[in-house]
This record gives sequence, C-alpha cells and structure tokens, in this order.
Amino acid sequence: MSAPITETAPKAGSPAQIIISTTPAAEPRKPLSKREIVADHPTWCPGCGDFAVLALYYKLIEKRQLWHERVTTVSGIGCSSRFPYFVQAHGAHFIHGRALPFASGVSLSRPDLHVFAFIGDGDAFSIGGNHFTHAARKNVNLTCVVMDNEVYGLTKKQTSPTSPVGFKSKTDIWGAVDQPINPMKQAIMAGATFVARTISTNPNHVLQMMEAALDHEGFSFIECLSECVEFYPGAFDGANPRKGGQFREVPPEHDRTDEAAAYKLASEPFPGYFGILYQVKRPTKNALEARINTNFRSKVQGLADWQILQQTFDRMK
Amino acid sequence: MSDATAINPPSSGANNGAEVSEAVIRIAGNSQDGIQAIGGFLARLAGRSEQEVMTFMTIPSTISGGPSIFQVRVGSGEVLSPGDEADVLLAFYQHSYEGHIGFLKKGGIVLYDSDHVDPKPEWEKEYRHVGVPISGLTVEAIGGTGKDKGKNLFALGLIAKMFNLEVPKLQQLISEKFGAKDASVLDNAMTAFSAGYSHSLGHLLETFRFVEGQKRSASQVVMNGNEALAYGLIAAGVRFGAGYPITPWSDIMELLRRELPKYGGTFVQCEDEIASIAMALGASYAGSLAVTGSSGPGISLKTEALGWGVMAEVPLVVVDVQRGGPSTGLPTNVEQSDLNIACYGGHGDSPRVVIAPANVEDCFYTAIEAVNLARKFSVPVIILTDQAIATRIEAFEEPKLQGLCQSLAPDLTPVATHKPYDLSIPNGVTQHRPPGTRILDGRYPVITGLEHDEFGHPTGSPQLHLAMSAKRRRKLQALADEIPVPKVYGPSEGRVLLVGWGSTQGPIHEAVDQCRCAGESVSALHLKHLFPLPNGLEEIFDGFTHIRVVEMNDEGVYGFGQLAGILRARYCNPKIVSVNKADGLTFKVREIIHRVCETVQDGMNKF
Ligand SMILES: Cc1ncc(C[n+]2csc(CCOP(=O)(O)OP(=O)(O)O)c2C)c(N)n1
Ligand code: SF4
Ligand SMILES: [Mg+2]
Repeated sequence: MSAPITETAPKAGSPAQIIISTTPAAEPRKPLSKREIVADHPTWCPGCGDFAVLALYYKLIEKRQLWHERVTTVSGIGCSSRFPYFVQAHGAHFIHGRALPFASGVSLSRPDLHVFAFIGDGDAFSIGGNHFTHAARKNVNLTCVVMDNEVYGLTKKQTSPTSPVGFKSKTDIWGAVDQPINPMKQAIMAGATFVARTISTNPNHVLQMMEAALDHEGFSFIECLSECVEFYPGAFDGANPRKGGQFREVPPEHDRTDEAAAYKLASEPFPGYFGILYQVKRPTKNALEARINTNFRSKVQGLADWQILQQTFDRMK
Repeated sequence: MSDATAINPPSSGANNGAEVSEAVIRIAGNSQDGIQAIGGFLARLAGRSEQEVMTFMTIPSTISGGPSIFQVRVGSGEVLSPGDEADVLLAFYQHSYEGHIGFLKKGGIVLYDSDHVDPKPEWEKEYRHVGVPISGLTVEAIGGTGKDKGKNLFALGLIAKMFNLEVPKLQQLISEKFGAKDASVLDNAMTAFSAGYSHSLGHLLETFRFVEGQKRSASQVVMNGNEALAYGLIAAGVRFGAGYPITPWSDIMELLRRELPKYGGTFVQCEDEIASIAMALGASYAGSLAVTGSSGPGISLKTEALGWGVMAEVPLVVVDVQRGGPSTGLPTNVEQSDLNIACYGGHGDSPRVVIAPANVEDCFYTAIEAVNLARKFSVPVIILTDQAIATRIEAFEEPKLQGLCQSLAPDLTPVATHKPYDLSIPNGVTQHRPPGTRILDGRYPVITGLEHDEFGHPTGSPQLHLAMSAKRRRKLQALADEIPVPKVYGPSEGRVLLVGWGSTQGPIHEAVDQCRCAGESVSALHLKHLFPLPNGLEEIFDGFTHIRVVEMNDEGVYGFGQLAGILRARYCNPKIVSVNKADGLTFKVREIIHRVCETVQDGMNKF
C-alpha cells in the first residue's frame, strides 16, 4: 500500500497539501504494542468468528507497526461492522452497504493512510453490491475484508446473498431458494487485483492474507469465512480440520495471474480453496488520478491557486 | 422593462441611432442552430462593455435537438430578470416565429429568416416585420457546407448592425471562440458575421445605440450559475468531489472533473449518487472538505448518507440544482420544490444547513460561504440552486481572487487529547479531526452514525441521546445567531412584503420597483439562509399588513408553498400567504404583480 508520511510537501494525487505530518521517521518511539491498539471490549456473542479476525488485525498492526496515525478502519453496518470500536485508532462506522465508497474517498484523498474496510456479506454483496463492483474495477488502493458468515447476523438470521440454497432463515423458513453469490468469482469478474479467501479458524492463514493484502498496491479483497455461532452455527465446519473438515490451500502450481484458472478454483464447491486465488498488477485509481494531476500541474507550475483561477476568469471576460 | 426605457416603434420612418438603455432580444430556432452561441457572444460583449446582462434559455430535453430559445437582456442600468417580453425576436423557422411572437411586445421587431418563415398578415399589423433570407445569404457568403454553422453568426451580424454593437470587440470574441480550431472555421465565422453586419437592412429597420454603461472600477466576468458555483467551490479550497451525472447538475461535475487536477484535486464520477455522497463524506472525514451534488432523483438517494454527516458531525457541501419534480419530473425545467427535502430530508432529527444563491454572482460567494459554514460547524451544508440560475448567463464584477481563495489542506497537527463529540462546549460546536492526526493520550475517535458518547462509542443511553441531539441542535442555533438579519428591499414598513428565496430575487425586486413606481406600498425580503433561518424576521414581518411568499412550487395540500409552510410553522403568523407557480418556468415580473394583487383584496396602496 503506501509509505508513511513524513513530509509536508503536497503528495501527488492528494487533493490537498497536508499541513503537519505526524511521524517524523527519526522520532524515537517505543514499539507499538497490542495494549495500545485495543479499545472497547467486543460486543460479539461468545464464540463468534469475528473475534479471531479482530485479533489478527491487532497482530497485523503490531507486526507491521502501523501506528495509529497511519491507518483508518472503516466499516458498514452489521455485527462485523462494529469492528472500528474495538480498534484503538482512527475509525469510521459508516452506513449499511456504503463502506467501500466511503473508504475510497479516504484512500483517494489521503495517500499517506492505510485504509481497511471490514464489512459483512450483506454489506458487500447485497445492499453494497454495486459499490463492491466499482471499487474493485477502479482498483482503489485499499483493503476490503468481508467477514462472511453467510447470514444476516445483526438483524438476527435473515437470508444473506451468500447463504447457500436450503439454508433455513427467518425469511426462508423452508430453506433459501436463491442462488448465492460467490464472492471470489464476483471479485475476479469485477476487476479486483487481489482476491483471497481465508477462514477465521485458521489464524496463521488469516494473518498471512492480511499481510499480503496490505502489501498489495490496489484493491485487495479478502473473503474471511467467519462463523455466526448464533444464527448459522457449523456453517464452516467443512473447512475446519478440527471439525472433520478439509482446509485446502490454493495449489502451489496455480498461476495467480491467470484469471480463468482463478475463476475455476473459485468455482469449486464448498469448502473450496483458501489462499490468494488471483493477483495482478494494474495501475490503481490513486496512481491514475495522480498522473492526471501531474500532467495538469506541470502546465500551471509556479502559479498559486488564485492565479490559476485568475487565468480562467481572464478567459471569461 | 419599464416603458420609459423600452424600444418604442417610431411613428414613422427610421429612427437611426436612437438611444436605448436596455433591450430584450429573444432568439428562437432549433438547438443545433447555435443560438446559444449568439446569446453567449451578446452576453460576453455586454460584460466587456460595462453593461448588465441576463440571459434565459430553454433546452429541449431530447438529445436530438428541437426547438430552443435563448433570450438576452442587455442594459446600461440594473438588470434584474431576463425580461417579461422581447423587444426583438429573431426567428429562424416558422415554428419559432409562431411560437414566440406572443413574447414580443406590441410594436416590437421580428427579424425572421425569410427562407423559412412566411409572415402572417394579421401579425404584420402589430409587429414590425423585417425579413432577411438568412439561410440563403449565409450560403452565398460561406458556401453550402458551412451554412448550418454560419447562420447564427450571420444573424449576430444583423443584430450587431441593428444595435450598433462594437464590432471589433465582437470579432475578438469570435476569434477567441474559434481561434483554436482549424483556420477555415474562424474564416467562415468571420465571413458570415461580416456578411450579416454589412447586409443592408435598408430603411426597413431603425437602428439603436445603447446608452453607455456606468464606468466600473473592476472588470466583469461572464458566466452561468453552474460555472460560478463550481469556481466558487474551487476558490473556497474544495479539492475533492464525487458525483453522478444528472441534468442540470452535470455541468458542475464536468467542470470540477476538468478543473480540479490543475489545483491538485480530484473529482470522481461514481456508480451512483449514494456512492458519490459516501465518497465525498470519506474525503471530508479524511480532512479534505468535499463536495457532492445532484438534481431531482439523485438528491433523494443521498438522504441516508446526509443523515450520517449530521450525526457523525462531518463537514460536507451538497449542491442541489433543483429541477421539476417529483420523480424524473421536468428534467430541464425550473422549480423550487426541493426546499423541504433540503431542510428535512432523511430520517430522524437531523439538523443541517441550507442556503440558496439569489443570482449567478451569488452562486460564487454562496459556494464559499457553504464551505466555511460546513467547516466551522462540522455539518453538511446544502446549496439549493436551480435550473434557471444554473443555465443563465450574467456579467458580474470580477471577484478579487487573491484575497478570496482559501487553502483547506488537512490539518494533522498532533493534539494532546480529542473528544470528537465533546459535550462540555456550550454551543455544541466541536471540530472534526481527520485520521492521521496523532492523539497523544492514545484515545482515538470513531466517527459514527450510531448515537454515541463523547469519543464516538455507541450508546443506548437516553441521557446521551438527549445531550447529543441538543448538541447538534445548538450548533445550528449558534449558527443562526451569526447570520445577519436580511435587509428589506424597499421601505421596512408598508402594506405588502414579498418574501422570496433563491433565483426569484431578480423578478421579485423588479416587481417591487414597478409597484412602487405605480405608487403601491410593496417591499421585498430575500432569504438566503433557509435553514436555520436568520433571527429577526418577526420584527420585519410586523412592519407589513400582508406577507406574500413568492416561490416556484406547488401550493401543497394545505395551500402553502414550501417556504411559506416553514415560515408559518416557525412564526405562526397568519399574514403569511403563498403565491405559487409550478409550471416549470421562471416568474415573469408581471405575473408576480398580478398574482400578488389577486391575493391582496384590500389593495396594495398605502391608505
Ligand atoms: C439501509 C439499511 N437497511 C437495512 C439495515 C438493517 N441491517 C443492519 S445490518 C443488516 C445486515 C447485516 O448482515 P451482514 O452485512 O452480513 O453483516 P453481519 O451482521 O452478518 O456481520 C441489515 C439488513 C440498515 N442498517 N440500513
Ligand atoms: S449474531 Fe452471529 S455474527 Fe453477530 S456477534 Fe453473534 S455470532 Fe457473531
Ligand atoms: Mg453476514
């Protein structure tokens, strides 16, 4: 993603100059520890898969020393989206389904920040389905973690866009009838440049995926299966070796840049494959906009903003 | 236009070079004839000649073109509205002739393309007809292929002759417009213009000369309301925006998309209006006050996220270029029917700020004010402009940019401690601190739409909900205290007070002028700040027997327009009565006078 900001000069692609930077590289700071990252005690049900995702986010922050002023945690609405309250850092709890455009606004205007969006499957693929597609195709530089429990948790057990056919919910008491969305396929098709799948019961793997996403330049998407013990218990047992399931990693010979191959892997029936299914390099929207700006700025070099506007007004007389 | 300054038909013969202080010229044709260009040239010429100018145009809502008009009112004195009737009608086709002759004042001049228009004998008695084979002569001048392009310039030449316009300035404007293109394009344009100018109108037509405009200390700029608003945002320091196309808002987003990169800024075209406001809020949250905007249906889509801005106390500017509603409504017509959604749209108690520009120049300054209010009070501010100001061109004194332009770079200065929703501040005004700010005590804020405590953490506490609601309310009360009491136009006491908002200011003021000339006791009050309202309106209302709220929206189920409803609810003043118009067209001055007269049974004269 991006480098820490240490200078006060305007950043390419940044809509505004940043007045005071915060972490002079030279300043001695004792290492960031978990104690400083933890905020409210999570309000999730005991045993909820989301605890593990949170714990691994702490780990990521600690391991990569992502100081408070370098990250922003954004979310939508749902159980999973309570996330920012549990992290001691700048955070924003936005509205249902719209976390990605919000996070895009942060990312596009602040190249100095690492932007993480933690959202639910309803957030990402139902109410915010369109936003998911467009954030992915625009390749906005941010990490989107969908905590997929295949159910609406916060609203207490309605069918979600990822609920499997036959899942009995309050809105489908006889079992869900609609074809579920496959998040991996959806992301690949939309043009995401980093598409990974993990599960909260495999902590090392979650951290590995988070680190790879952090290092990826562009829209990095992680689907993290995260069990809702309250409304869909056992949903992911089939992918948990401790419950007799099978955790299959993406085969080492898989070519991540091969879209068709990735799509094929994504099509495998549950429990499917875990790991990075797809990763390519494509200029980010952040970089493309910065390039447009560099071109334009070179034509107005040395002029103050008011002088640029004056030139325009002079043509309107 | 008052009769004293009108172009009156001479009783006999030509009246060469008669001085006029103003003229209304309506050009009617099809949208592809380039009539907007003629109007644009005339408007810019007026701007360069120290004259006042206002234009009015209609665009067909179909893409393939269709009948369209452009009306220019140029004057040496103050021009407040585009004019109720035209002095000159330039008609390119039979439908233009027949459709618009009704707007021509009796005895006015109709200049028509005799290749396409057959004048009607009954009208020839009432209006002065001047036929010129515009199409044929343009072909003669520049050849057949360029004729559709050149006709408008030929016609501009005719008008230039008729009003003794300054040819060198016009030629300069033409070369500025076409200079960058192929040399033959400019050549053709100049040739067509000259052919029109040198065409002998013979003794058929008198010519006029504008009284010289008042010398101005500063030069004028000429632009439409959407441009003025967009440049105002740039001057105010806005460097991030997001939007989705819709008429008439699109011009603003297209302009910002094109211009912001010069200033290091970005405008993003999003997948829809919800994403647009979400992205703008994201940028604002991140410290770069952002703009989003829309018209009609797009505004409806933004309301949920707008409520987040109110609750989370994140500054934002939302532009609403009003058009006819509801639903897809009248996409290319004007209405002031978004006042309610602007003030109240969305669920819950969500106080936000609503301000409306009165004219094109005001669009520029309103944008700056909106930005500053949003930042100072950490609240979304809605700018309610409309299709009429958006598309009309005016000349106004060039803003002093060096002093006006602001920089809004995100301020990440570390702070010792930070409560985003600090309740200890009496007027409720707290400052947003963007991510990236180091907070030395290690407690970082969550900015949220859930009801929250002082640090932004969720709460279901009734006390906190009350306290936070009061905080959000008190901020706006503090803001209201800062708004200057608006000035009454005309005497501050009398029989009738016309209250208006937004783009109707010009015609309302002109109506007041005309009524007062006729000895009637009429004044006007223009409200720019619609939510919260300024203080001191009660006292103003007390000075009048009748209050008439003049607005371009429906009278509603209870008989009151949207502003009238708000004012009635606020002041419980039974004197407040509505004068509505919702036909998608701007108010004519005489319509205002007539309609107000109708509702004031005991007369508008002071006894
Ligand atoms: C516009 C809107 N519609 C509906 C809701 C109610 N709502 C809140 S969360 C949610 C679904 C949550 O499911 P998901 O996104 O999968 O998150 P989870 O709770 O499962 O983590 C719904 C429908 C809302 N908050 N806003
Ligand atoms: S309802 Fe389900 S998703 Fe929500 S906290 Fe409880 S277990 Fe987790
Ligand atoms: Mg869910």
